[in-house]
Amino acid sequence: MGDEIILLDFWPSMFGMRVRLALAEKGLKYEYKEEDLRNKSPLLLEMNPVHKQIPVLIHNGKPICESLIIVQYIDEVWHDKSPLLPSDPYQRAQARFWADYVDKKLYGLGRKVWSTKGEEQETAKKEFIECLKLLEGELGEKPYFGGEKIGFVDVALVTFSCWFYAYESCGNFSIEAECPKLIAWTKRCKEKESVSSSLEDPHKVHGFVMGMRKRFGIE
Amino acid sequence: MSKEEVVLLDFWASPFCGRVRIALAEKGVEYQNREEDVLGSKSELLLNSNPIHKKVPVLLHNGKPVCESTVIVNYIDEAWPSRPLLPTCPYERARARFWGDFIDKKIFEGGTKIWSSKGEALEVGKKDFIEILKQLEGTLGEKDFFCGDNFGFVDILLIPLTTWFYAYEKFGGFKVEDECPKFSVWVKRCMQRESVAKALPEPEKVYEAVLMLRKMNGIE
Repeated sequence: MGDEIILLDFWPSMFGMRVRLALAEKGLKYEYKEEDLRNKSPLLLEMNPVHKQIPVLIHNGKPICESLIIVQYIDEVWHDKSPLLPSDPYQRAQARFWADYVDKKLYGLGRKVWSTKGEEQETAKKEFIECLKLLEGELGEKPYFGGEKIGFVDVALVTFSCWFYAYESCGNFSIEAECPKLIAWTKRCKEKESVSSSLEDPHKVHGFVMGMRKRFGIE
Repeated sequence: MSKEEVVLLDFWASPFCGRVRIALAEKGVEYQNREEDVLGSKSELLLNSNPIHKKVPVLLHNGKPVCESTVIVNYIDEAWPSRPLLPTCPYERARARFWGDFIDKKIFEGGTKIWSSKGEALEVGKKDFIEILKQLEGTLGEKDFFCGDNFGFVDILLIPLTTWFYAYEKFGGFKVEDECPKFSVWVKRCMQRESVAKALPEPEKVYEAVLMLRKMNGIE
């Protein structure tokens, strides 16, 4: 009897994409269920009663919530293929630190970039670029944050890259101009099938963001 | 024989530092404690060890820094593997991390809303905070500790935050024991552990520190 894996997700979510990527890295088959976040399914509400958010991984009927916790769970259960976290405790701590940094900073700032105007947007843009530059510094000369292979921090961050075009368009700036090494890293990651099959088309994401801006009355 | 050098950049009132003190004590790790003047001027060592966030706690293990209290507690658990703080089963570990993340996201920020607001905002803050504690009470259930029979990861992340509850109670005009009696029983159970009792400040002292914080932030 095989494992039953279900992913409750929402297609543009960079958090959901992290889980898709981790599952792809491990070569796992799963059932993808698209959620309508304006009309959440009884299954989602039952499986994540605390936050009522996607992504939720349901493994043999048991739910795991919060994208980075799900990625760690996947890494631990299917530990013999493509390990995402290093084995050395200090390196694991560094990986967790940087994934936590991505979680704390990027989503909030990115959201401000696409959903605000004027002074507030300019400040958000500046801080957003500063964060990306810090991450670029952490990458250094390595091909991936995980070293020679993609790892936990790569999974945490690369899914934001399909939102870059939307951020750039709303904020009228070029991320590649500011952080060329980071963009080179995103291209390197996308050469991998697991990454390219898990990320959404940036133009589709851009369309989604434009729709959100209209709904929120931002012009 | 090589000796491990473990240094903690610390601040007495910080519940996040409290987590690290407890984890080190649970593992029986000897360390040097360096108090930082976080409201005044931060040391060179702190600024160099944590250039990103410039915050305590920072654990220096043989000179190498680990930052962010939850990351540090995970690190301590892995670097000193005896007496594990996390469960062994991946599903239970994910559950423990989930509640750790919930605690990280909700408690300190929720409490801050109480001590830093007045009037309507304070009432809303109080209500939300009690809801959060009730959710934790629900997940604790009939267990002694959050992951079962043994004091562990989730307990370590949460118990230091409770030293600030006396301050919240004073400003909010409520008592955690009345609203969440089972939660209070768990607090008392944890405080009986030597590692916890020795690591944490007196709530009355924390209350005085919060009074000072309010003054500094111009709240009356």
